Formats: sequence, structure tokens, C-alpha cells
Amino acid sequence: MNYVSTTLTPDQKAGNAVVSDPKARYRPGVLKYRQMGYWEPDYEPKDTDVLAVFRITPQDGVDPEEAAAAVAGESSTATWTVVWTDRLTDCERYRAKAFRVDPVPGTPGQYFAYIAYELDLFEEGSIANLTASIIGNVFGFKPLKGLRLEDMRIPVAYLKTFQGPATGIVVERERLNNFGRPLLGATMKPKLGLSGRNYGRVVYEALKGGLDFTKDDENINSQPFMHWRDRFLYCMEGVNRAIAETGEVKGTYLNVTAATMEDMYERAEFAKELGSVVIMIDLVIGYTAIQSMAKWARRNDMILHLHRAGHSTYTRQKSHGVSFRVIAKWMRMAGVDHIHAGTVVGKLEGDPNVIRGIYDTCRETHVPQNLQHGIFFDQPWAGLKRVMPVASGGIHAGQMHQLLTYLGEDVVLQFGGGTIGHPDGIQAGATANRVALEVMVKARNEGRDIWNEGPEILRDAARWCAPLRAALDTWKDVTFDYASTDSVDYVPTPTAAM
Amino acid sequence: MRLTQGQFSFLPDLTDGEITKQVQYALDQGWAVAVEFTNDPHPRNSYWTMWGNPMFDLRDAKGVMMEIDACRAAHPDQYVKVLAFDSSHGFETVRMSYLINRPAEEPGFELLRAEGPGRRIGYTVRSYAAGRPPGERYGRETRHGT
Repeated sequence: MNYVSTTLTPDQKAGNAVVSDPKARYRPGVLKYRQMGYWEPDYEPKDTDVLAVFRITPQDGVDPEEAAAAVAGESSTATWTVVWTDRLTDCERYRAKAFRVDPVPGTPGQYFAYIAYELDLFEEGSIANLTASIIGNVFGFKPLKGLRLEDMRIPVAYLKTFQGPATGIVVERERLNNFGRPLLGATMKPKLGLSGRNYGRVVYEALKGGLDFTKDDENINSQPFMHWRDRFLYCMEGVNRAIAETGEVKGTYLNVTAATMEDMYERAEFAKELGSVVIMIDLVIGYTAIQSMAKWARRNDMILHLHRAGHSTYTRQKSHGVSFRVIAKWMRMAGVDHIHAGTVVGKLEGDPNVIRGIYDTCRETHVPQNLQHGIFFDQPWAGLKRVMPVASGGIHAGQMHQLLTYLGEDVVLQFGGGTIGHPDGIQAGATANRVALEVMVKARNEGRDIWNEGPEILRDAARWCAPLRAALDTWKDVTFDYASTDSVDYVPTPTAAM
Repeated sequence: MRLTQGQFSFLPDLTDGEITKQVQYALDQGWAVAVEFTNDPHPRNSYWTMWGNPMFDLRDAKGVMMEIDACRAAHPDQYVKVLAFDSSHGFETVRMSYLINRPAEEPGFELLRAEGPGRRIGYTVRSYAAGRPPGERYGRETRHGT
């Protein structure tokens, strides 16, 4: 970066100090961001500050403190040049402050930059406003090769301006009369092309066989092969038949994603009229639409399922984008009840430590700092309800001991192919999953070491459960053992605690 | 039909030894165990009859098993379930729920359809047994009353 410096001290000229003399500070021209006050290593974050930690990769020749200051500036009040109109405001208050820069362990050229934002920079209850600053223009800023938002601390004062999950884990379970075990689901396959009548058949078979939920896929909306009203009507026939034949509360995530809010409200209202307990939206509808649907869901006693379609375009690479734990945090604030959050063992991206951090973010009332899990800050949740994580993508009954160990009890395990692809039919596939789940929860509660004894526990149950036997035979060797691209860069040595 | 509410309804009926282990698990978590029974197993019947209050102060699985046995003996042909209540912050709800007794014959539920305009159907699930007065719904319940 080339700077025009004016009458400054040698240290200020070097860009190492804040220019505090107002005359020099506001002389027209360009100063380094550090000189403008966006780097404040002595700053003590306030309890009410929004905190963010970014992974920055400065361009060659840009030092990390200046790069951090630039991120603070560009994500808050700064522009590229000095403006005298700053002096009409309490500008020091509104300036974000970069206050700490650490090298990323084992990754030369990258740094973790900690930045504090004054609470008054943000409109209450608006993810759109929060994100327009934090991941706004700054992500295209030329002096950085890459920028990734790793984690955030949302202060209690700001959290309390958000509704949070429409329903939450506790109320969802009470409504479903379903306690003490993970919920079971399946995404309907083939995801595209089935007629409404055929689609509802798959819903019925899967629910009758033992699942709690079935699910539209993210790209099922209202295509020529199946319009949305047809889908809703046939699906609810399947749901209600399965309820009557099992005596259990069941549901199907009716995807109301559509081109406009008006369309989505119309579809959601119809789902409600038909007695559905749950509707679904996709992440691609945008933060404001998600918040609108969360408010609708709260008003209408509806569980709101969020499919994270699109997230991997910006969450997967460590050098640039937004980590999914931050997206999960925003979605808990925005008010969804379910969010796809990784499986560890399935076909989609998921390092165990990263997934643990995301699950904690969804489900805990207080998440303590845990660098090993990618959690950089203590995050109290201030009474916002808890989000049910959903594990979906390439999982099957033979992994039940691993799934229960990694993901715990408050989770929806979704076996799409692992239900519908069963050699003896969809009901058999659902039954295999349900038996595998119940037998594993029972064994865990009995104190057995399910991590090691899991395969044996499943084999024993398969002796009396033919569908489980067939499932284990069919998928016994299926694993997705690839290195994760998104892992935690962490060295287990003492670091200054935040 | 077989009512499949609860945590373990897809497994063979739990033996007393297995029930004891589940009760012990709940007690180890600090949860209070409760017993409830009903002759109206509609999926949305939230309020089964309580066999006394949750046993907040009973920390011994054997004692809980005595209550379970007493409830089963008094209502051999009704649905009986064991629940565990967690009073801790963030939960304050039921953490376990599993059936430990069911009627010998389970007639199940009828699905009623009320057809409306625009192909709408209003669904009602109705228990065949609950269509009769209490005391006449399930097997021996008829002879012994409730």
C-alpha cells in the first residue's frame, strides 16, 4: 500500500502509531489504518462488544497488524482516505478496534486477528445488518489475499434482541412426545422427478417403518413434475396414515422455499392448514427471509427446519470465507429449530473437532472457549432456545455406535439412501435404522462401551431383526474416509486466554 | 398393531433386569423417575395417569422397581411407561420415556378423513379402544375396572 504522509513524527510515518493530533489526523490524504486508530493492542473488550476473530492472509509486504487494522476499518467506519466528516461523530466509539494478532499455528503467512465492535454499530435483531458489516465489503479488500471469519462472540445485550429458535429442542421433543434418543429421518429419493403420488408413498413407507421424520430435499420446490400443493397433500396423507398405524407423532419437512416471501407464506399457511408439525427452508433464501419465517413459525407453532444449501461455497476452505460455526451461531439467533451440522462419518465434509464446536454452538446454553473445537470465545446464549442439529449425508445403520458417540442424543439422524436403498424395501430400511438406534441407546444406558462393542451389539440385534441384518450386509464396507479441508489449526500449548 | 411410542418399542419387551438398568441410568444422571399408565394411548395424549408423583427422593433402583411392579400389578392390561424428569437448566423436561407394559390386544387407531374444498383433507386419529368408556377398553380392564 502506498501512503501519502504529511507532517508526521518518524514513528507515525512508519505507520506504527496512532496519529492523535487532530490537525494531522484529519489532514486530507491517506493514512494507514493503524494510524487512523483501528489497531489498539491495549484495548480491553467490553462485555457489550461484538467480538470477531478473522484468519487473515496479508499480501506480501503488508504487515499483520496493519492488515488487521484494515479489516477492522473496512468492516466498521473507515473508507480508503481520511474524511473530515468523522469529526462530526463520536468516531472513536464507532471505530472497530483490532486488538490482537496471533500467527496461525503451522501456517506461515496467516494470522488470527481479533477485532472488537461497539454494540451501537448494529441494529437490534437484524442478522442482515450484523453481517453487512462483518462480512461486507471487507472480504474483497485488495491488501488481503484471503480472509476468513473464524468465530464471533455475540454479547448478551445483543443476543437478547433476537427471537432465537421458534421452537427449540425441548419444546420440539414435548410436541413430538419423543424423548431419550436421537430422532430419525430420511430425505426422499430420488430427490427430483417423482410425482406427488409416488413421493407420498415413500414418505408413508419410511414413517410406517419407524422413522420420526421424512424430508424434502433442498431443491424440491414446485417443479413441473410435482407442484407444491400436490406434494403437501400426498405427503400429509402418508404422515397421517403412519401416525394411525404406529401411535406415534410423525412429520415431514415440507420445503416452502420459493421465489418470494409471499409464495413462502402461502405455502407455509397451507402446510399449517393440513396439520404439518414442521416446515422447511433453505439457507439460500437469505438471512432476512429466514428471520421472517422464524417469526412466522413461532406465531404458528411450527418447527422450522433449515437446510444449509449453498454453505460449502464459503465455509469449506480455510483461507477465505466464513466458518460454519459462525453460520450456525447466526442461524440460532435468526431463529431456526433444525440445522444441518455435519455427521463426521458420512459423505460430507466434517472433521470431528470442527463438528463438535458446531454442535455445541447449536445445543449448549453456554459454550466455553475451546480452541481445539474452533471456539475462540466464551459464548453465553442468554436464554435463546437450543437448535437441533441434523446429521445427514451418506450415513447408515452400521455406523450407529459412532453416530451416537460423536453426536449424542439431541440430534436428527437422517438416513436417506440408508433407508430407501434397503434391499427389502423402504419400511425394512426404516426398521433397520430404528432397531439399530434403540439397541444402541439401550446399550449405552446400560453402561456398555458402545464405541468398541458397537459392531457386536448390532450383530446381536441382527440375529432377531432381519431388516437390520440385511442393512449391515449391504453397507458393511461403506465409509467416506477422506481428509477434511476444514480442520482446526490449534497447538495445545498455553496461550493468553481471552 | 403394536404401539411404538417411547425409546425401546422396536426391541423385544424389556425384562425386569433391563428395566432396572435403565432406571439406574436415570438415577445416575440425577433425574427423577416416574411411572404413568393409561387406557388412552393417543399419540397426543400428554397426560397419562400418574402413579404418584415423580420419585424425586428415591435414589435406589430397587425401590423404583417396587413402584413399577405395583403399577403393573394394578393395571396389567393398560399401557405403563417409565419416565425420567431432568430439572437442570436448559432441559427442565422429560429425558427418558419407555413402555414397560402394554395390553395383550392392541386394536390401534382409526384414521378419519374429513374431505374439504380444494382437495383438502382434515385428518383425525381415533383410538378404537378409547371409543368405549374407561373400564371397558382393554382386556382384563373390563373385568377388574380401573
